[in-house]
Amino acid sequence: MKIREIASLLGAEVLCGDYLLDEEVQSACGSDMMSDVLAYVKDQGVLVTGLVNPQVIRTAMMMDMRCIVFVRSKRPTPEMLALAKEHHIAVLASDSRMYEACGKLYSSGLGSEACANG
Amino acid sequence: MAEALRFHYDVDGDNFTSAGAASVEVKRKLRQLGFDAETIRRVSIAMYEGEINMVVHARGGSADVYVDKNSITIILADSGPGIPDIDLAMQEGYSTAPDNIRALGFGAGMGLPNMKRYTDEMKIDTVLGKGTTVTMKVYFTTGKSTSSAE
Ligand SMILES: Nc1ncnc2c1ncn2[C@@H]1O[C@H](COP(=O)(O)OP(=O)(O)OP(=O)(O)O)[C@@H](O)[C@H]1O
Ligand SMILES: [Mg+2]
Repeated sequence: MKIREIASLLGAEVLCGDYLLDEEVQSACGSDMMSDVLAYVKDQGVLVTGLVNPQVIRTAMMMDMRCIVFVRSKRPTPEMLALAKEHHIAVLASDSRMYEACGKLYSSGLGSEACANG
Repeated sequence: MAEALRFHYDVDGDNFTSAGAASVEVKRKLRQLGFDAETIRRVSIAMYEGEINMVVHARGGSADVYVDKNSITIILADSGPGIPDIDLAMQEGYSTAPDNIRALGFGAGMGLPNMKRYTDEMKIDTVLGKGTTVTMKVYFTTGKSTSSAE
């Protein structure tokens, strides 16, 4: 699935990384606990989270993820966006709740390795 | 002559926002040195978990990374409270993190198990009231040696 499709499925605003919208991602991980995200590398390209602090961006970097989706209308700080830009990670913001966002992505065919813990 | 490369970082225990910066830096350096993505991920994730642990459980510490001919060694040393029961701490889901740390996204009790899983060797030396040193080693085979340093 292209990052562009994720944005449209979730009615999400693209906060940075417009040039990454045509990148393909295979699966996603949804959690508010970062060590759960770090637990298994399965080529998850997308992190769906309601947690807002710079460790979210660093966690995505460590996992070589391409896209972060903030749910529940959470907004990252300018410092977080700068960090994401520096490391070429697209950042999206959606009003959806975690369960709804993960459900929409999963049922639209985004990788079945997704884990939802938050 | 193949001398080990060494990187040293002080990890500030009062600054949650900058926690993990050393691991990001190591990831960047390993990329420059031409390591494969898998090795880089294993080293940087394990170090990141350890770095966060030093910040949230031990008021900071120091990180040293050595790149040798066929292995990368990460040594994380702190002067925190120590770990009373290492076997317990190593269990998935065991955490003493208080609510304020959980609200920051840490305290799932997965960090030490993750570090163990991503590395080939891991050793914890801890003395109550004195501190903890975690030593981790990742072996690589893809022929990258210190000769490819910048
Ligand atoms: N450097 C350290 N100094 C003192 N105690 C530590 C240290 N590292 C870990 N611990 C203890 O071991 C427990 C388990 O650590 P672990 O990293 O597995 O989980 P966590 O840090 O609590 O949560 P998570 O890593 O999933 O965010 C911690 O809750 C803490 O009690
Ligand atoms: Mg931890």
